[in-house]
Amino acid sequence: MSFVSVRNVSKSFGDNRVLHDVDLTVDEHNVICLIGASGSGKSTLLRCLNLLERVDEGEIVIDGQTITNGHVDVNALRRKIGIVFQAYNLFPHMSVIDNVTLGPTKVRRVSRSQARETARELLERIGLADKADEFPDRLSGGQQQRVAIARALAMEPKLMLLDEITSALDPQLVAEVLALVRELAQTGMTMILATHEMSFAREVADKICFLDAGVICEEASPEEIFTNPREPRTREFLARVIEAGRL
Amino acid sequence: MHKVLQDFFSPHNFRVALPTVWQGFQLNLKLMVVAEILVLILALAIAIVRGLPGRGAAPFRALAIVYTDVFRGTPLILVAFLVGFGLPGLNMHVISTQSRFVYGVVALTLVYTAYVTEVYRAGIESVHQSQRMAARSLGLSYMQAMRYVVVPQAVRRVIPPLLNDFVGLQKDTALVTVIGVAEAAEQAQQYSQNNYNFTSYVVAAVFFILLTIPLARFTDHLIMLRERRERAQAT
Repeated sequence: MSFVSVRNVSKSFGDNRVLHDVDLTVDEHNVICLIGASGSGKSTLLRCLNLLERVDEGEIVIDGQTITNGHVDVNALRRKIGIVFQAYNLFPHMSVIDNVTLGPTKVRRVSRSQARETARELLERIGLADKADEFPDRLSGGQQQRVAIARALAMEPKLMLLDEITSALDPQLVAEVLALVRELAQTGMTMILATHEMSFAREVADKICFLDAGVICEEASPEEIFTNPREPRTREFLARVIEAGRL
Repeated sequence: MHKVLQDFFSPHNFRVALPTVWQGFQLNLKLMVVAEILVLILALAIAIVRGLPGRGAAPFRALAIVYTDVFRGTPLILVAFLVGFGLPGLNMHVISTQSRFVYGVVALTLVYTAYVTEVYRAGIESVHQSQRMAARSLGLSYMQAMRYVVVPQAVRRVIPPLLNDFVGLQKDTALVTVIGVAEAAEQAQQYSQNNYNFTSYVVAAVFFILLTIPLARFTDHLIMLRERRERAQAT
């Protein structure tokens, strides 16, 4: 049985239909990349998965639990789903280590000392142990984004949602963040990424979904999508990406 | 000219009035401290209520709006009359048997809570939606997100306007003289009437000025610090 299953999901903002009858399944330990132009519905789909947005129609089942019937404990669900945003969204009034320990201490009720110990290990792992007591505005974008990933990991999630996490970064900072995501993939973390980094998607993804105007237009292995796309719209999109020098 | 100096700035009257006005002014200080503490707490609570989401909270939101509209719109002197003379007239248990000092605190708190609620609310709304989203996505509840993420940032941002309102509150403690609280203005008035001289009012004014100047400078200092920090971030 798949870990995430999205069935016939639709979502509109006013008259604007952002997701249209979307189906998606994700197996445990798999990495799924959502590609497509801005506004194609990638971010909205991710936000529906941890109920930051409510779906209008359809059903989402995560870890055997239907989350779209209105009876789910939202906070309990979010505990097992980590999300990282394009704009990092670190808490600017807290030091790096406090950013990482907030969730574990307040939500999972881990003791402060235990949470700090785990946080130090995480910061060590992302190579920022020496920045534990700095405030976010003293860090580079890439460092902030790695802290945001550590903050999500501190909740020991079963699923990570990464929402265009390198799109706001200077090009030379992208690599350090992607290296961390690559490492997560190797440890078997189940992940869904919305991304514009095509070569990276090709490298880490088990499956790639191309979204266009709120519809999953094509879903296939990276090899198939990038070498032999079936849908004309996928071909068109990839041609534009190549033209822009992004693949 | 001599008459002006004699009536307003008489050194002799200044010296004589000083102790009694100072005694009254201590009451202003107490009014101010008690009211400020109450205002800080109540205003934050009301600001949070006003921002509560969902249909279930609509009646509470409405109450909070009515409260701020009414007490921001009513002159403090009228509130003081209503509280200081009205409540004792009700002949009710507890409510009607408080001291004038307490009624003074209540009047000041009612009015200034309404102002400060708006200050807090502006601060809370200025914290970007994405901060709330990040907090909630960690599994924090709405109130936890407010407590640990939104309110601490909001309060930091509104400290200068908050202190500004407190300068206003400090001065307005003189207004509760109208319900017979024996504070500085009241003492000054009595001295003035007994001695046909206005210097006692100047004494009271000096006390108020000496109290508000440090607070005003401190506020300026905080604003300057923030501007410097924001400039540093922009580069």
